[in-house]
Amino acid sequence: MLSRLERSALANWWWTIDRWLLAALGALIIFGIVLTMAASPPVAERLGLPTFHFVHRQALFLIPSIAVFFASSFLTPRHVRRAALIVFVVSMGLILAALMFGAEVKGARRWIFGIQPSEFLKPAFVILIAWAFAEGAKHDLPGNILAFALLPVTIVPLILQPDFGQTMLVSLVWVGLFFIAGLRWIWVVGISSIGVGGMLLAYKFVPHVRARFLKFIDPGTTGGVVDTFQIDTAIDSFFAGGWFGKGPGEGTVKRILPDAHTDFIFAVTGEEFGIVACLALVGVFAYIVIRGLMLTARNEDPFCRLAAAGLIMLFGIQSAINMAVNLHLMPAKGMTLPFISYGGSSVISLALGMGFLVAVMRKRPRAAIVLHSEANPA
Amino acid sequence: METEAPGQEEHAPDDAQHNVVLGRLLSLFTLKREKSTRRIRLVAFGFGLVYCVIAGKLIYFGLHPELRQAMQQSSSDTVAAARPDILDRNGVILATDVKVTSIFAEPRRIIDRDEAVDQLTSIFPDLDPRELEAKLGSHKGFVWVKRAVTPEQQRQVYHLGLPGIGFMQENKRVYPNGPIAAHVLGYANINGVGISGLEKYIDGEGLSDLQNAGFNLTTENLKPIVTSLDLNATYALRDELAKGVAKFKAKAGAAAILDVNTGEVIAMASLPDFDPNNPVDALDPDKINRMTVGVYEMGSTFKALSIAMALDAGKVTLNSKLDARESLRYGHFTIHDYHAQHRFLSVPEVFTYSSNIGTARMALMVGVEGHKAFLHKMGQLERLRTELPESAEPLVPKNWGELNTMTIAFGQGLNVAPLQAMMAVGALVNGGIMIHPTFLKRSEEEAHRDAPQVIKPETSESLRYLMRLNAEIGSARKADIDGYFVGGKTGTADKIIHGHYSNDKVLTTFMAIVPADKPKYLFFTMMDEPQGLPETSYYRTAAWNSGAVTGKIIARVGPMLGVTPRFTPPSEPFPLLAQAGYTAANLPPPGTH
Repeated sequence: MLSRLERSALANWWWTIDRWLLAALGALIIFGIVLTMAASPPVAERLGLPTFHFVHRQALFLIPSIAVFFASSFLTPRHVRRAALIVFVVSMGLILAALMFGAEVKGARRWIFGIQPSEFLKPAFVILIAWAFAEGAKHDLPGNILAFALLPVTIVPLILQPDFGQTMLVSLVWVGLFFIAGLRWIWVVGISSIGVGGMLLAYKFVPHVRARFLKFIDPGTTGGVVDTFQIDTAIDSFFAGGWFGKGPGEGTVKRILPDAHTDFIFAVTGEEFGIVACLALVGVFAYIVIRGLMLTARNEDPFCRLAAAGLIMLFGIQSAINMAVNLHLMPAKGMTLPFISYGGSSVISLALGMGFLVAVMRKRPRAAIVLHSEANPA
Repeated sequence: METEAPGQEEHAPDDAQHNVVLGRLLSLFTLKREKSTRRIRLVAFGFGLVYCVIAGKLIYFGLHPELRQAMQQSSSDTVAAARPDILDRNGVILATDVKVTSIFAEPRRIIDRDEAVDQLTSIFPDLDPRELEAKLGSHKGFVWVKRAVTPEQQRQVYHLGLPGIGFMQENKRVYPNGPIAAHVLGYANINGVGISGLEKYIDGEGLSDLQNAGFNLTTENLKPIVTSLDLNATYALRDELAKGVAKFKAKAGAAAILDVNTGEVIAMASLPDFDPNNPVDALDPDKINRMTVGVYEMGSTFKALSIAMALDAGKVTLNSKLDARESLRYGHFTIHDYHAQHRFLSVPEVFTYSSNIGTARMALMVGVEGHKAFLHKMGQLERLRTELPESAEPLVPKNWGELNTMTIAFGQGLNVAPLQAMMAVGALVNGGIMIHPTFLKRSEEEAHRDAPQVIKPETSESLRYLMRLNAEIGSARKADIDGYFVGGKTGTADKIIHGHYSNDKVLTTFMAIVPADKPKYLFFTMMDEPQGLPETSYYRTAAWNSGAVTGKIIARVGPMLGVTPRFTPPSEPFPLLAQAGYTAANLPPPGTH
C-alpha cells in the first residue's frame, strides 16, 4: 500500500480522498455488471442480438469510464471548474446539433454521434451552478444572476428534445443547490408555491399532463385502453422474486419486461435476487448519498461544498426516482439507475460526475482553501 | 457555526455604500451562506426519508405476497380458455365457443427446417414461408404454426409425420350472426381474452379471475350470459338502417330500440360495423359504436327535454302562448325559426313547428341554474356507463351562460351520446321514471328498483301527447305507421366543420314512441350527412331520412316484438290531461279527417 510518507501525486490523492465512498461506488459498479448480466440477455434476444451483447458493451464502456473517473478525481477545484465549463459548452453544442440534425428515436431527438450529450451536461451544469452560487454569496448579485440565467439556458433545449425526466432532474438539483446556498425562507416558500401552482395549472389545463397523472392514480378513469403493462410487469417481478429471489438467470417475468436492462433493472433485481438484495442496493445508494452529504456539510470551501452537495443530489435524486418508478410510487419517467442500468453515455457521465465529486471532496489544508477563495476565484 | 470569514468581510463594506432602502431590497436576494451546513443536513435527512419509503414499499411487497393475485387481472394464456355463451333475450346464441385444433411446433426438435416449411406451406398456402422459417429457426420451446385448422388440414399435417410438430385442442370464439349486434358483443381475441363490448365486460366480472385461479372451465359449466337483445329485431333494424344509409348516401348511421319500462336495449346497430369473427378492422375509428362512443348535438330532439322541463317546473302549461313574432336577439346572436310563423305560438305549436325561439324562451323562464340541474337529473351532463366498456363523456360547455341555455334548449351546444339521449326521452314518456339502460335481460321490477321519479306523471303524459300530435300533424308523419299510434320528434343539427356550423352537412335524428298512449318501445335513428334526393325534393332534414327509416323499422319490427296493432285509435289516450281540463288532447286533431 501507499505510505503516508510518500509525497507523490498518487499517494497524495489516495490519502486525501474519501476511500469509503470510493469503495461504495466500486461495489455499485460490480452490482451493475452482475445485474446487467441478469437483465439484458432477454432484451438482447428480443432484438436479435447475441445473448451477452449488452453485458460486453457495458464492460467495454467501463474502461473509458474508469479512466474518466480517475482523471477527473485528480483535478484541483479550479481545474474542475474549467473542465466543467468546457464539458458544458461542448455538450450544449452537441445537444443543439442533435436537435437540428439528430435522428428521432422514440419521439425525441437526444442522440448524436452515438452519444447522448444531455448526460454529460448534468454534472457540468451542477459544477457551474455551484460556482455561480459560491461567487454569488461572496460578491452579491452577479454570481446569483448567472445562476438564475443558467437554469433556463440548460433546460430549454432539454424541453425541446423533449426529455422531461432530465428537465425535472436538473431543475430539482438547481432548487436544492439554491436552498443549500442559503436562500431565504421567503424564497423557499415562494418558489415551492410557484412550483406547486405550476403543477396544478398544468394538471388543470394541459390534458396530456392530466392524462398521465390520472393513469398513474387510477388506470380505470381515463377510459379506453390503458397501457400499464410495463409497470404492472415490474410489480409482478417483485412478487415473483419474494424475499430471496428465484436465483440468477431463473427469472421469467423479466422476459416480457421491455426496458429490463435500463429503466426497470431494479425490478429484475427483485425477481432474481430477491427483495433482500433490493434492500441492500437501496442501502448502498442511501449510504453514498447520506455519507456524502454529511461529509460535505463540514467542508469549509464554499464552492467545494456546493459542488459536492449538488453532485450527490444529482446522483441521489436519479436513483430515488428510478427506484420509486419501479415500485409504482411515481408515474413512469425515463430515468436510469446510476451505475446499474445499461447505457454508455450514462455510465461515462456518472464516472465524470463522481470523479468531480471525489475531487471536490478531497481533504485540503485550510490555508489552501483561504488562499484560493481570496486570490483567484476562477 | 462555522462561518467563512473572508466572504463576510467582502460583503459588509459593499452593503454600507448603498442607501438603506436599496440595501434592504438587495439583502432579500443575498444568500446566507452560514446556513448551508444545517441545510445540507436537512437535505440528507430528506434523502434518508425517501430511501426509507422505497425500502418500506419493498418490505411491504415482501410481507404481502397474496397481493399478486389481486393484481393480475387478465392473463393471456397461451391456450384459449373457455368463455360462456352469450344469448339473446329468447335464448338464441349470439356468441359461443367451438372446439378447434391448432398446430404448434417445438423448434428445437425440428430436424429439417426447410422440409418442414415446404410441406407446411403446401398445406397452408396463406402462411408466409419466410415468417414460418424465422419462427421455426428461433430457439423457443413453443411457437404456434396455425390456429384453428380444419379436420382435413389436421389429417394432412398428421400424415406428414414431421417431428416437432404437434396438435392442441383449443376453444375458438364464434359469432354465428356475423356483424349483427357486433358493437354490443364486442369480440374476444384468439387467446380467449375479451377485447371489447360484452366480451370484455364478462372478463371484468370475474371470468379471468376464475381462469387464473386454475379452474378447469368449459363452455358447458359456465352460466350463459342472457342479453336484452332480440336477434330478429336487431337484424331487421340493421337491415333497414343499412338500406337507409345506402339510399341517402350517408357517411354513417345508428339506430336502437329501447324498452322504456325496463331500460333494456332491444336492438342496436351502428354502421359501418365489423364482423367479430374477423375483427381485423374493428379498431378503425370509423367503426366506433356511435350509440355510446360518439357524442353529437341532438338538434330539435332535445326540445322535448326543454319543454318537459318548463312544463314540470310549472313555468308554462299546454295552453301558454310564447312570443315567436320575430327572431330572438341575444348580444350578437340571433335565434331564428326554421319554419317561422311570426306570431304567438302555443306550447303544442312550438313543438310541432319545432320553434327554436319558443323553446329558448321556455328555457330562459327556468333559468341557467334550473336548466343545468334538470339536465343533470336527466343524466345528460355525465358519462353514461353501461355494461359496454366503451363510453364517451358528453361535451358540456365550460362557461354555461344564458346563451348556452338558449341554444342547448333546442339542441345546439351540448353533445351527448345517443343512448344517453334515449335514456332521457325514455324517462320523459314512461311516466317520469329515470331508468338506467342495460344490455342484460331484466324485469320491470328490477328496473324500477332505485329508479328515481324525475318528472311528474302529468308532464310525462303531456310529452306523449305532444309527440303523438307531432306524428299526426307535424314533422313525424313519415313514421306514423297505421295501428301503432306512433309519437315522434325529428332533429336536424347542422354539423360543425372547422369550427363553424356548416350549411350543407347535417346530422339528423329521430325519436319515436310506440304506442304513444302507453309507450313500451322507444325507437331511435341517426344519420350522419344524409344527402337530399330527387324524391325528397332535395330536403335533407330528419323527417325525410331518419324519420322515414324509423317508420320502416317500426313497420317491420313491431310484429316481431308483439306490439298489437289497433286500427281504431284509443278513445281516451291521455286521461290525465283530460282530468286537468285539456280536452283537446283526446279529440282527433284538426285536419286529419
